Amino acid sequence: MSALLEVRDLVKRFPVKRGLFFERTVDYVEAVGGVSFDIAAGETLGLVGESGSGKSTTGYCVLQLMRPTSGSVRFEGRELTELSGEELRRVRRNAQIVFQDPYASLDPRMTVGNIVAEPLVVHDVGTRRDRRARVRELLDVVGFDPVYVNRYPHEFSGGQRQRIGIARALALSPRLIVCDEPVSALDVSIQAQIINLLKDLQAEFGLAYLFIAHDLAVVRSVSDRIAVMHHGRIVETGLAKDVYERPKDAYTKALLASVPVPDPARMQERKADRRKLQSAVAM
Amino acid sequence: MSAPLLEVRDLRTHFFTREGVVNAVDGVSLSVDRGRTLGVVGESGSGKSVTALSIIGLIPKPPARIVSGEVIFDGRDLTTLSERQLEDVRGERIAMIFQDPMTSLNPTLTIETQLVETIRRHTDVPRREARRRAIELLDEVGIPNPDARIKDYPHRLSGGMRQRVMIAIALSCEPDLLIADEPTTALDVTVQAQVLDLLDDLRREHDMAMIVITHDMGVIAEVADEVAVMYAGQIVEHASAAALFARPEHPYTEALLGALPQLEDHASRSGRLTAIPGRPPSLLDPPPGCRFAARCLYAGEPDGCAEHPPELRELRPGHLVRSEHPASERARPREGAPA
Repeated sequence: MSALLEVRDLVKRFPVKRGLFFERTVDYVEAVGGVSFDIAAGETLGLVGESGSGKSTTGYCVLQLMRPTSGSVRFEGRELTELSGEELRRVRRNAQIVFQDPYASLDPRMTVGNIVAEPLVVHDVGTRRDRRARVRELLDVVGFDPVYVNRYPHEFSGGQRQRIGIARALALSPRLIVCDEPVSALDVSIQAQIINLLKDLQAEFGLAYLFIAHDLAVVRSVSDRIAVMHHGRIVETGLAKDVYERPKDAYTKALLASVPVPDPARMQERKADRRKLQSAVAM
Repeated sequence: MSAPLLEVRDLRTHFFTREGVVNAVDGVSLSVDRGRTLGVVGESGSGKSVTALSIIGLIPKPPARIVSGEVIFDGRDLTTLSERQLEDVRGERIAMIFQDPMTSLNPTLTIETQLVETIRRHTDVPRREARRRAIELLDEVGIPNPDARIKDYPHRLSGGMRQRVMIAIALSCEPDLLIADEPTTALDVTVQAQVLDLLDDLRREHDMAMIVITHDMGVIAEVADEVAVMYAGQIVEHASAAALFARPEHPYTEALLGALPQLEDHASRSGRLTAIPGRPPSLLDPPPGCRFAARCLYAGEPDGCAEHPPELRELRPGHLVRSEHPASERARPREGAPA
C-alpha cells in the first residue's frame, strides 16, 4: 500500500536579515533540517517535540502554507511542492488543518455558520441551501448544537470553539488533517472531550492525522506511530508503544523522563532517572 | 503542634462587575506549615490564582474585593493591613513568582539592575555588597556564568533562564513563604523538570513554605506534600499528595485524573479518555447545591445534593471532601436509595 502522504528530506530555512533600509540576508536559521516520514490513510502520526524543534513548521510545509526550502511532499501521489494556484487549491480540499488557539483562528466577525461554510464557498461546493444543510450536519457531527449557527465565536468556550474549528476542517471531507496543538489551549476535562471527538471522527471517516503536540501523554493517546523532533530533525520514529516503552535515542529518553507523572509514589525514582538522562544530552 | 505559618480561613473574594457579582473565591480555608509545599490544583476559572492573589493582597481593587475571611500569616491577619504594611510583608516575608517570566521582568533594565534594586529595597546594604549577593543568588538558582549573565537584558535569556532569574529575585528577600502561580506552564517539559527540581531543593535548603498553583496534576505529584483541589471557587478535596493520588474521593478529582491521557498506558491508542461532560458553572450565578452536581456521575435525585450545598467534611484524618458521594462511601448503597 502506498502512503497517503510521503515527506522526504524536507528542509525549511528562514533568512536572518540585517539593516533598516537596505535589508540583506546575513544568515539562515534552519527550522527543519531534512525530515522524512509517511502517513497511511486512516493513520495518526504523532509529531512531538519542544518549542523550536520545528514541528509546527513541518506541518505548515506539508500543507504548503509555508513553502519548503527543499525536499519533497507527495500527497495522494502528487508532488505538492511543484503545485501552485488553482491546482494547489484543489489538492487542499483533501488536506486541512486545525490550529492550536481556537480564540485566534476563528474570525470574530463571522457567524459560526459562515465560518464552517467558508471552505465550501471557497471551493464552490453545492448551492447555498446544500451548504446550509451541510453546515448543520457538520456541527452535529462535532457535537456542537446547530441551533447556534448564527452566533459568533466569542460567545463560546474554548472547547466549543475548537469544535467549530474541527467542523470547518471537516467541511470538504478531507483525507488528511494536520492538527497543530489542537488541545493544548484547553483545560484537562475539555481536552479529553476533543481528543475523543478526533478519534471518533477518524473511525467514522477514515481520516489520517498529522498530530503535532508538545504533550507526550496526549500524543501517545492518539497516535499509531510517533516521530520525535529535536533541533529540526527527527531523532526517533516508530510505533507509539515502542518509542514510549523502549526509546532508543538519548534525547527521547530524557524527554520522556522529564514528563511529570501523576503518581507521587514513583517521583523519587523518576527524578533520579531524569537527572541522569538530562545530563547525558545537551538540552 | 505549633501554629501553621499561613492559615486562610473562609476566604471569600468577589468581583463586582457590570454583569453582577462573581464569586471567584467562595469560602476557601487552607494552611501551610514551614518547610512544606501545598499544591493548589484546578482548571481555569476555579479560583486558584485569585486565592493566591488574595493572600498577598494583589487582587485588582476594584473590581475585586475580599468580602470576608482571614489570612493569618505568622500571627497577623493580612486582610487588615494597610497597603504600606502589605508591601513590607510581600518584600520581606512572602514572595511570588508568576507563569510568564517575560512579563514579570522589566525588559528595559538589566538583570543586575532589577536584582540589585530588589535587594537594596529590602536590606540596607551598599551597592557593591548587593551586587555580590545578586551574583550568589544567580549561581544558586543554576544560572551558568552569573558574573557575565548579570549584565544581560531579559530578552537575552531563554524562558527557563528567565524563570530562574524570577526565582532569584523572589529569593533575594529570603522569604518564609514562596507562592508560585503556574511557574512552569510556559516552559518546555525538560526545562520544567529542572525548574521544579530547583524549587524543591530551595524549599528544603531555606526551610521555606511553598504554595504551588497549577492546572497540571503531574506537577502536583512532583512537588506537593498537601493538595487542595479547587472547583468553581471552592476547595472540593484536600489531602496529602500520597492519599489524593492513591485514593481520590471527590467525583471531580476522580474524573480529572481519569481524563488525563497516560504516558505509560499500554492500551491508550485504542481506548477513549473518560471525558467530563459539560463545563464548570458560571460563578456569576452558581448553582444552589453542589457545584459539580451537573457534571457528576453520582449526583441523583434522592440525596438532593444539587439543591443543598455539601460541606467540606473530614472523611479520614487529614482527608477532606466536599461531596455527598465520595468514593469510599459509594461501595455501600446509600440509605434510602433504591437498590
